[in-house]
Amino acid sequence: MNWILVGIVLTTFVVLGSSRITTRIKAVAIQGGLLSVLQFVARGSLFDIHGALLFGITFFIKTIIIPLLIFRSIRGISMRVDKEPKVSSHSLLLTLGLITTISFLNINTFPLAVGATISSLLIPSALTTVLTGLLILVTKTKATNQIIGFLILENGVFTFGMTIVSEFPTIVEVGVLLDILVGVFIMGIMIYQINRTFDDIDTKSLSLLGDA
Amino acid sequence: MEYNFLCNIFILIVMPPFFVGVINRVKSIIAGRTGPPILQLYHDIFKLIKKNAVYSRSTSCIFRIVPLTSLLIVLCAGMLLPIASPSPISFQGDVILFVYLFALARFLTITAALDTASSFEGMGASREATYGALSEITIFIVLMTLVIIVKSLSLNKMLTHGQNVFVADPSVILLFLAFFFIMLTENSRMPIDDPHTHLELTMIHEVMILDYSGPDLGIILYGASIKLFVFMAFTAMIIFPCSEGPVWAGTGILFLKVLAVSIMTGLVESFTARIKLIRIPQMLIASFVLTLFALLITLFDQRML
Repeated sequence: MNWILVGIVLTTFVVLGSSRITTRIKAVAIQGGLLSVLQFVARGSLFDIHGALLFGITFFIKTIIIPLLIFRSIRGISMRVDKEPKVSSHSLLLTLGLITTISFLNINTFPLAVGATISSLLIPSALTTVLTGLLILVTKTKATNQIIGFLILENGVFTFGMTIVSEFPTIVEVGVLLDILVGVFIMGIMIYQINRTFDDIDTKSLSLLGDA
Repeated sequence: MEYNFLCNIFILIVMPPFFVGVINRVKSIIAGRTGPPILQLYHDIFKLIKKNAVYSRSTSCIFRIVPLTSLLIVLCAGMLLPIASPSPISFQGDVILFVYLFALARFLTITAALDTASSFEGMGASREATYGALSEITIFIVLMTLVIIVKSLSLNKMLTHGQNVFVADPSVILLFLAFFFIMLTENSRMPIDDPHTHLELTMIHEVMILDYSGPDLGIILYGASIKLFVFMAFTAMIIFPCSEGPVWAGTGILFLKVLAVSIMTGLVESFTARIKLIRIPQMLIASFVLTLFALLITLFDQRML
């Protein structure tokens, strides 16, 4: 379990540290795969129909469908490398270190009961993932990167959800996954529209809009 | 007991150039060349030592004493490490001495480079200082994490902590990866600095030793190979600590471990391109964050947070 959690945090680091969009999408796909395995492990029992179902659906949506959708939406958009990041990657990485430290230090202030089958590393890694997702969302201006930030944020929330995985009905989890899928769909359409209007997917250009 | 210590020192003095040969051989096999013989560096060093040195008129005595001094410093640092058997010199806190001996050697090399009064070497010195400062913090966090795991400030105890097994723990693997990268940085290996290029815009280590010739150059090459050997041994020992046992077994295991790390280094050097100079600090900060993460996991495991 610790291995999976470390893997989830590391994929988050890769997303923040890399400069290529395709690497980021692949890292998010791997993270989705790790998450689907994580919830399987967190349940404790191996052959549980709900667990297997949820594993299948999570893996399918997070590792296959969503990355494919993002790849599809950036097809034809030449900005595969972000040329001028708004915040330098040095300060981003240092902020990442700060975020990780804060998430690990404040563990005792979270009154979450961690079950017997669940590693105590879960909450700090979930917090790191959520905060890093937030960091990506606020520092990157390209629409694709914002989708990825949103997905990482959501993956962190999903990891938090592992603490109550055994008491949670499967249908709710599946519903949440469906919401995210629809969200990515809509964002893909938005990317297309932004790109068509501005020849670029930088969301900064949206602030230039006004009533004519 | 003394015999063991002698064995350590003997390995430290004799073996290092061999592993440089191994790295070069791996690289040449992958590139489809025959490449130089594995023992090439020994020949180079002997050839250079037989020659005469030429000194520029603009240099002072600093330039002349640095090669031998830094070689001795690196040898001292190597003696702190339990290479094949417990190390010859060991005391509480030798971890810090270990790091600072290398820092001292780097300081001397930088000083000698500045002493040549060549702006070109000054540029290399400036780069070396920048990357050294950034990698030092990562080395310290790696050592801090190991200190927390083993609860001892002595390298000897740190790298021989009982278990003769592959330490399969996420934080140890992270430390290994980060330290492997630091090893490449510290020794100016491929993704950071190409040891074979003499293109002025990209060199770091090579540019600082451009003015050396003859025996001085030989000593510098030898010292660099010892530094590489010590770092590779340390990297291997993070993941695979030294065993308690007869000295010949220790030597054999050490040989295999360092061989594995040199093959890994050769593979990394063959399959990666040199990173752009402006990206190097970023990579170093990334490895710092990685080790910070490992430190936090370890603290968490030990219930210190």
